[in-house]
Amino acid sequence: MSTLAADRVGRAWAVLADVLDPEVPALSVCDLGIVRDVVEQDEALEIVLTPTYSGCPATEAIERSVLDAIAAAGLGPARVRLQRAPAWTTDWISEDGRRKLREYGIAPPAHIEPGAAVPIRLVPRRIAPVACPRCGSTHTERLSAFGSTACKSLFRCLDCREPFEHFKPI
Amino acid sequence: MQASIRLQRDERQQYLLRIGDTCLIQAQRLSEWTGHAPVLEEDIALANMALDLLGQARAVLTLAGSAQGLSEDQLAFLREERDYFNPTLVELPNGEGRPGDFALTVLRNAFVSTFLQLLWQRLQASSDEELAAIAAKAVKEARYHVEHAADWVVRLGDGTEESRRRMQAALDKLWPYVAELFEADAVDEAAADAGLGPRWAELREPWLAQMQALLQAATLQPPAVSSFRSTGRQGVHSEHMGYILAEMQHLQRAYPGGAW
Repeated sequence: MSTLAADRVGRAWAVLADVLDPEVPALSVCDLGIVRDVVEQDEALEIVLTPTYSGCPATEAIERSVLDAIAAAGLGPARVRLQRAPAWTTDWISEDGRRKLREYGIAPPAHIEPGAAVPIRLVPRRIAPVACPRCGSTHTERLSAFGSTACKSLFRCLDCREPFEHFKPI
Repeated sequence: MQASIRLQRDERQQYLLRIGDTCLIQAQRLSEWTGHAPVLEEDIALANMALDLLGQARAVLTLAGSAQGLSEDQLAFLREERDYFNPTLVELPNGEGRPGDFALTVLRNAFVSTFLQLLWQRLQASSDEELAAIAAKAVKEARYHVEHAADWVVRLGDGTEESRRRMQAALDKLWPYVAELFEADAVDEAAADAGLGPRWAELREPWLAQMQALLQAATLQPPAVSSFRSTGRQGVHSEHMGYILAEMQHLQRAYPGGAW
């Protein structure tokens, strides 16, 4: 790769670090870990994205904002390639991203072992404690496994009484 | 009026459409609850699960159509009833009226999500790389669906007299439609030979084991085995399928190529 190409790819990564996820605008697409690769191919930049959820309605919006940002930085022409495998996991959210989530009021996901079998348990089920992003208490309860977007669940802090969202580990 | 597309009807395509259509029609039934669920959290949960299923359906339909040059939209909106291959179980109405019976909805969701979870697990080893990739994503989503549905089945089955009565009625109604899922045929045989995916019959034992544990925890009793067999997977559907398709396809048929 020529230094020129390396420079273009490097600048593209820097641009992508400022493209925000439309549903969780505290995180960039890089923090979220969905940008898998940036390569230069036949004059064009190819940005490889991995969708978070099969039905995530933000996927198309993310593609558009990524291409717009690259064009605005004068790094085009560019195209997006969606890559399904390996499947996205919340373990790809950066440490910086986890801190930003907490500051935004969303409890970050715990680390999981991708591919590890998770047994299905019937009620009563113990789920790992999730710390309240506001007061830090782990005295919290889950209200629903499903939240305002596919990636989040609903919780309530039993100490400070505030409801909050949890980025669910997947 | 937009003309219907015709399928070539090869076994590989039919195997894929059975999976994609199961997700698509189950998504449609779950989404009927949007704005009508008993509490807000449940409304959000049912809509979320419908969205996951729709995403899975889109990916599988895209794959199913690729050999014949058909898009996901053409397959979803322009097929005739006989070219849909979902088992009859998912097309049954949620119950009387709209949005229907919550007991039947959560019980069917337990049946279908458990089945799909087992299927996605196996499909991760598919000889088709794209199908394996779709499955690796979907299996993680299915786990949340199974947990959610199973929680409700236990809570309502082992609940009040009224909730138990309604869960048992839902079980009596749905159980005869389960047998179809595990019927062996040439489509499954071809898929197994090609390494595309498992014979659905192979999922019967693990599915039954999980459902027996669930129904026992919910203090529910499945009805006696009947000889009735539904035939949705062969494209021969119940009287309810036409109504779903009319609702799903109306806009695309009336305004061909319409997008938003």
